[in-house]
Amino acid sequence: MEILITGIVLGGTYALIAVGLTLQYGVARIMNLANGENLVFACFGAFWLWSTFTINPVLGIAIVAPAAFALNWAIYVVMLRPLVNRAKNRGQLEVDSILATFGLMFIAQGIMLLGFGGGYYNYNFLSQPIAILGANYGLNRIVALCAAVVIAGALYVFLTHTRYGTAIRAVAVDPTAAGLVAIDVPRASAFAFALGGALTAASGALLSTFYTFNASMGTLFTMKALIIVIMGGVGDVRGAVIAALLLGITETAVASLIDPGLTLAATYTLFILVLLFRPQGIFGRHMA
Amino acid sequence: MTPLLATITRREAGIAVIGAVMLAAAATLPLFDTGFYLSLALNIAMYVVLCTAWTLFSGPTHYISLASAAFFGIGTYSVALGIETLPFPLLVTIGFVASAVLAGLVGIATLRLSGVYFVIFTLGLAELVRQVVTWAQTNFTRGVGLYVFTDFTEAHIYWMLLGLAAVVYVTGWLVNRSRLGFALRIIGNDETVARHVGINTAMAKVALFMISGGFIGIVGAFLAPRFAYVEPPSAFNPMISFQVVIMALLGGTGRLWAPLLGVIPFTILFDQISANFPNHTSLVIGIAFMSVVYLLPRGVVGLIEDMRRMKRKFRIVWTDDAALGKDPAE
Repeated sequence: MEILITGIVLGGTYALIAVGLTLQYGVARIMNLANGENLVFACFGAFWLWSTFTINPVLGIAIVAPAAFALNWAIYVVMLRPLVNRAKNRGQLEVDSILATFGLMFIAQGIMLLGFGGGYYNYNFLSQPIAILGANYGLNRIVALCAAVVIAGALYVFLTHTRYGTAIRAVAVDPTAAGLVAIDVPRASAFAFALGGALTAASGALLSTFYTFNASMGTLFTMKALIIVIMGGVGDVRGAVIAALLLGITETAVASLIDPGLTLAATYTLFILVLLFRPQGIFGRHMA
Repeated sequence: MTPLLATITRREAGIAVIGAVMLAAAATLPLFDTGFYLSLALNIAMYVVLCTAWTLFSGPTHYISLASAAFFGIGTYSVALGIETLPFPLLVTIGFVASAVLAGLVGIATLRLSGVYFVIFTLGLAELVRQVVTWAQTNFTRGVGLYVFTDFTEAHIYWMLLGLAAVVYVTGWLVNRSRLGFALRIIGNDETVARHVGINTAMAKVALFMISGGFIGIVGAFLAPRFAYVEPPSAFNPMISFQVVIMALLGGTGRLWAPLLGVIPFTILFDQISANFPNHTSLVIGIAFMSVVYLLPRGVVGLIEDMRRMKRKFRIVWTDDAALGKDPAE
């Protein structure tokens, strides 16, 4: 039971990052390998807001997420749109965007290393225990999970019950056809990319309340988010959430039952199983 | 079937002679200096082999492999684990086989699918192997670190790497003219077409990835004596994977010798940067990635070819692109 709850809390944070990434990849067609750096930037942002202005990290999302939205919009328009226009086919765009975002990842890491050094950071926020079903958990983790659920719920409503959200899902299905029904595809792509970045930043702010972070941990999170995206099916928000929870629980189970040093091996085992048996994702349909 | 030697053209023979002369010239370096320059040349030789082996697979197929660090580490570990009981050449062979087997497994799992799956899988592979090795060592052996004591000096390692470079170049040339190489070029241009003309695309890719991974494993094995003390974070350093990708792309992947043009300047630059501004190395790699994507999408070789073509266009007005042997994929 303890494993289940801790795993769900971890999975909830993964879910927001992965949903952010699946929007970026599924809609804007950009495999953003610098997404983990978004998360780390947000961790430092929340840390800075808390330590300088004592702004509550959960409320701090209201500052961090719009900032990440603007930053990611700019990155998409300035850096990535030329690649989209240049690419002759999807394969080439994939290779180009992977390399460009690798560059972005290293530059972001370099900047953060210069700014904050390589040390580990954490801060105390709501770190009193709370009892659920007879076991104690950090209140900050539970608050982070609740906030993640609220954000994910809001995103779900936006994507399924508003006009623009539907337009974004249409672009994810087929950009050419979406253009034919008068959807501004370049704008929707930029919006989805920025929204994905904002979601990742929100999860970073939440993560920073209970997780020790440093400037170079982004890659690990990017990797896990990528694996979740593949497991859930590219562009599938619901699949990403389920896959993230599954991964969170598996990792926690392996860490507490076998060895904390083998979490990545657990991730990869899941990944290989999905690749071998359901490469289109848990809920994905067969592609032609 | 005609014997291999009879099919070599005059041009190829000429290139082989030039290559052999350059290699021999490079091999004399330890006679002049055994300090800084040998060390730098050793790094260059190491990355030349790594990048060429990488290009062997990623050049024709356009798949970006980030698994180099995993293969490298396996090679290093094969030597470190057995140096006290088994002879060195046998350990190198084990490193080669183990890396090739891992490459085969990764290939079977991912190369049937699109390139993105492959990139993601290889991105974490080195970290995964490192975790498993650390876990196995802490639970089943006494310590995590291993000592590698041999009689090899840097000059010996350098000569071994030069020899390996020659082997990799010859292998690349042989693959290129074989059915496998032809199949891979078709796959790289259009995989659907390749499948329709009856090529087993997955098998072809897996086979070449195994050759490429095996060579990278050998480099790791050769480098083990240089480390002297081997532990998982140093053997499975993920930066190796990224540096290999960036140097190979900087040189260009269209030709077998192209990575050379990326490796030499980048190794020297990186050596200077890490000696003088150790905190700026990530920034340098980031900027290098950016410039490859935006300024040199086909690498230094692409730049040279463009310049040559410009020259020709001025000389001959009616230039035909196809006649210049331009790769239609680009």
